[in-house]
Amino acid sequence: MTISPETLIEAARRMVEAVPQAAALGFKLLSVEPGKGSILTPWREDLVGDPDTGVIAGGVVTALLDHCCGLAITSRSLEGGFLSTATLDLRIDYMRPAAPRADVTATAHCYKLTRSIAFVRAHAFDADPDDPIATAQGAFVLKRAQP
Amino acid sequence: MSQAAAQRLEAFLERVPYVRFLGMRAELAGDEMTAILPFAPHLIGNVALPALHGGVIGAFMEMTALAQLSVIAPSPKVHKTIDITIEYLRPGKAQVIYARADVRKIGRQIANVHVEAWQDHRDKPAAALRGHFLLSGT
Repeated sequence: MTISPETLIEAARRMVEAVPQAAALGFKLLSVEPGKGSILTPWREDLVGDPDTGVIAGGVVTALLDHCCGLAITSRSLEGGFLSTATLDLRIDYMRPAAPRADVTATAHCYKLTRSIAFVRAHAFDADPDDPIATAQGAFVLKRAQP
Repeated sequence: MSQAAAQRLEAFLERVPYVRFLGMRAELAGDEMTAILPFAPHLIGNVALPALHGGVIGAFMEMTALAQLSVIAPSPKVHKTIDITIEYLRPGKAQVIYARADVRKIGRQIANVHVEAWQDHRDKPAAALRGHFLLSGT
């Protein structure tokens, strides 16, 4: 079974914008292709982590990276009768704070999928993709639909 | 500790907008802090189960570490996260979740903190976090 680009985008949009926590953080789908995905979270006053600088909270970046990893996995595994993912572990390195009042974009790449586990790398940046604010590496459990 | 510690904790929780977005609270019993994240619909990451968003649980534990550091390493500025490793042990059910932070080492510049989060039973953790934090000057 091959998934059409339209079906993929529709599924990705639901995943990025209809999940309650994703909607609460204002996530926007930027792009999706099999194994890869990109999501933007717009800066908002109530998402600030450091009131002295107006920089978005690390927790928002954590949720964004986690969600973007899920998107990359979903986009790669839709064909396999796949149901949902659960995060097994996630390691995040924070290189530097985002710029004050800056939106944050995350991109993720699911580079290996086994029957039960997905391995993903992701990074987050504010302006320049080559100057990341954070990088992430995670393993996720795949939950497949019962045959 | 006591009174001043409680004030520092309260100041941290009040000051950080994202803490209010999550709806996180914390209580001090002596020098032991318990962070509390009451359930709210916007914290859901999987509607079908339903389950808390993994990122929410991670962020909650990260904020728990920062809150604990605000108590024991007072600073006018917010301490910064260097890295975190999150392990998910059980699905986060759509109900209140608790966390406690254990500051394993606190140096001049860097603190190492372990956090554990649980729901019904303290000895059945939902998730754990280990992280390094850069301490802001006092």
